[in-house]
Parts: sequence; C-alpha cells; structure tokens
Amino acid sequence: MMHIRCPWCGLRDESEFVCGGTSHLIRPPLGASDEVWGEYLFFRENPKGLHRERWRHLHGCGQWFNVSRDTVTHEILAVYAMTDPVPP
Amino acid sequence: MPKNYSVWSLLRGAVSGQRHWPAAWREAAPKPRYDVIVVGGGGHGLASAYYLAKNHGINRVAVVERGWIGGGNTGRNTTIVRSNYLYPQSARLYDFSLRLYEGLAKELNFNIMLSQRGLVLLAHSRHDLDSMSRWANAMRMNGIEAELLTRDQVAARVAGLDMSPQARLPVLGGFAQPRGGTARHDAVAWGYARAASALGVDIIQNCEVTGFIEENGRVAGVSTSRGAIRADRVGVAAAGHSSVLAKLAGLKLPVTSYALQALVSEPIKPILDTVVLSPGTGAYVSQSDKGEIVIGAMLDLFPSYAQRGSFAVQQSIIAATLELFPSYGRLRMLRQWAGIVDVVHDSSPIIGPTPVPGLYINCGWGTGGFKAIPAGGWTLAHALATGKSHPLAEAFQLERFYTGRLIDEAAASGIAH
Repeated sequence: MMHIRCPWCGLRDESEFVCGGTSHLIRPPLGASDEVWGEYLFFRENPKGLHRERWRHLHGCGQWFNVSRDTVTHEILAVYAMTDPVPP
Repeated sequence: MPKNYSVWSLLRGAVSGQRHWPAAWREAAPKPRYDVIVVGGGGHGLASAYYLAKNHGINRVAVVERGWIGGGNTGRNTTIVRSNYLYPQSARLYDFSLRLYEGLAKELNFNIMLSQRGLVLLAHSRHDLDSMSRWANAMRMNGIEAELLTRDQVAARVAGLDMSPQARLPVLGGFAQPRGGTARHDAVAWGYARAASALGVDIIQNCEVTGFIEENGRVAGVSTSRGAIRADRVGVAAAGHSSVLAKLAGLKLPVTSYALQALVSEPIKPILDTVVLSPGTGAYVSQSDKGEIVIGAMLDLFPSYAQRGSFAVQQSIIAATLELFPSYGRLRMLRQWAGIVDVVHDSSPIIGPTPVPGLYINCGWGTGGFKAIPAGGWTLAHALATGKSHPLAEAFQLERFYTGRLIDEAAASGIAH
C-alpha cells in the first residue's frame, strides 16, 4: 500500500485518497477544433516512469493536490500544491 | 509441420512414455525482412499473425515479443469469456469472438479447454435489478441469449452464496449468459502460436522493440534488441504498453494504463460450476478445472505499470468475495498478480490504422482483452492485410475520440472501471 503525504493531514494510507489523473492539462479555448478538443479530453502521455498527477484526500480533508510519482515503482517523488509550477 | 494432436497420438505416446512430442512451434530468429510485423506475442498478437496467414495468405509474418509468448496479460487474466455487452457494435464484435472461441479447439487442433459453464451476474439492489433487465433485454435485441434470474433461481444455480436474511450483500436476482464461461489462457496463446508457426509465421521471443524505422513518412519496420527488422506494415498489440510503443512512433493514444489484479486459492474439490460476477462490488469468482478458486478484482484506480496491484484493492475484493461466499473464509490463497491494462475513456477497443502510415493498432481492451482475442486478432489481421478496418471494427477507430461517437461500454458492461 502506498503512503501519500497529504499537505494538510500528513502521511496517510493510499485507500484514503483518489487519483484524479494527469495534472497540468491546459483547457483549450472554446473555439478549438474537434482535434484539439479531442486531444485535450482523451489523449494522454501515459508515461512509464515519472507522472505528474492530481490526488484528492477524499476520506480526509477533501483537498486536491499534485503528486510526482513513478508509475513503475509507485515511489512518490514530490507533493505540491495545485497552483505550484511543475517541479524540476 | 507439427504433429496433428489426436486420441491416436495420445495412445501411441502411452506406449512410449509420452516422450515423442515435438516442440509445438518453431523458435525463430529474426530475418531482415517480412511482409508484416506484429509487435506483441500475447493472444491478440499471435491470433493476428495466425489470421494473417490463414485468412489472407500472408505468411511472411513475424511476431516480435519482448519476453515470452503469453507472458503478459494473456497469462494474467481470470480466463473468463463472455459477450454480454449492451451496444450493438460491441455485441457484434464480442459475440463474434465468442463464436470463434466455440470453434477454436477444432480450428487450431489444440484443446483450449473452453468450458461454457455460464456466467451469472448478481443484482444486490432494486436499481441493479432494473439495470440488469435493461442489459439482458439489450443482449436479446442483439441476438445474444440472456436469461433473467429470480432470487430463487440464483440460489439454485450458484452454490455457496450467502442467501440468508442478514446477508451483507443481499442477492435479489440477476441474469445469466449461458454461453459465457472460461477457457485455458495458456492454451489460447500456445494454440495460436502453434497454428501460426505451422503456416510459416516466425515467433521471435526475447526481442524488444526499441524504435520504429521510418522511410518517406511511413513505418518501414522496427528496430529491436536483436537488430532491425523491416516490413511494409507493422501492427501493435501490446495492451498496457501500447502508449510506450506508440510514443516510439511519435503517437499519443487515448489510453491510460492501470493494474488489474487477481488471485487464486489452493485447489479444492468442485464447489462452483459457473462464473459469478457481482458488478456492484467488482468481485468475480470462478473455479478453475484444477480446482483453484479464481478471484478477479476491480482496477487499482491510479496509473501504473507495476504488475503487482495494491493491497487496498486486494483487501476489498477478498472482503466482498467472503461476504458473497462465507464458506471460502478458510481457503488459503496461493498466488496474486496484476496485469497492466489499457483503459480508454469509453472502455471500447481501438482496432485499425493510426495517423502514422504503415502502423496499425489493436488496444484499449481494458479489463476485457482475453475474451476478445479471436476477434481482436481477426480484425487486426484484416486491417494489416487490406489497409482498411474490418466491418466489425469500423466503429472502433481512433477518430471517434475527435467526432465524439464513443461507444461507452463503461456503464453498459457493468464492470467497475
């Protein structure tokens, strides 16, 4: 079981959280073409390795935050706020 | 040409201590050039190669596999076959697959141990009952047999279910697909490999694709850990690793990879003679011919390429299984594993050409790839041979993510995603 460090509640079990998928996706303008809109909605890098993703402490404080995580080892490399820039 | 398996070859072997069996397929080294390369030696890749040779007469085909054949999701599923889908496009495709499975042992001369023991889905609430009526009726509209079951019929059909008044997961009824069941997963891979090899297909194991060769804006082959292999057309059937391979060709897919786990118990005497699904809890249970209770879980709902699965999901699926079947509480579990599945937004596959000329894909089966092996292979072979998508696969193209014409089976198939 992964342990995730919620920025507000500290280190908690994975089962208290839900993953909200890839982070840092930028919503295209309303006039975007079907291709651009489809890419935004459905197409993902889906990396084998480092992934920036959103998590929510559902059964806790209910807050959203960002996580840098390795999708092979599940190691959590960074936890940062929703509005923070992408860590190096 | 491998020996034809028959009762006579078995009897002859009985005299000689069964030591006369030749290797079922040729272990091939890569040649410099083929007509078609299939990347991925799982069920879908091997079936694609077989149908390329069988249906289209194209036998200069290589199946390139990073590890060993059938060692990915083909060896990591719960062996269930069914075609209980809601929408006509899905029903046609999956029932075609099930019909191919029904004739596959004879077709391949390899016992795939298909056991159509039926599939029972449990309704735990009034809402479940209503949605299952809709589901079963949709199946009938699509010409696939489905049988609505009352509470008493479920009790009579499924041994060991907790039907007591204080059951934590009360069973109010359900429905069955009588033609659903199980097949031997390894035999499906090995049967296709043997039959494809006999038709001239090269099966190349321990050969990892590290890139695509591009010429004049087309894919012209693959570079691998065992050198370059050229071909006019390349098909990718790599399940949870589809995105990794697509990236090598500069392509992004509408796919996210998740771990889907399962576990089996020690073998016990026959106790369960059907496949039981509880869509409400995500648990599905069957008993293998060897006697193991096979328990499938829902997805670990975060992106993962780790073939192990999280303990949290394991715990919840065991809890649900024990609420359904209290008598399994004393079973010792022998093995637990996860496969990396390729989930797309509408839980329907993608089979056909890609924006990269010469590159074709078969992916997006998500949690249900095993049951679709014959149809996935048949339709990818068609696309590779003709350059066009198969009529059964026309609705399952990449364009649907731009046009919005999704086939949203996530809810329809009732499988927790």
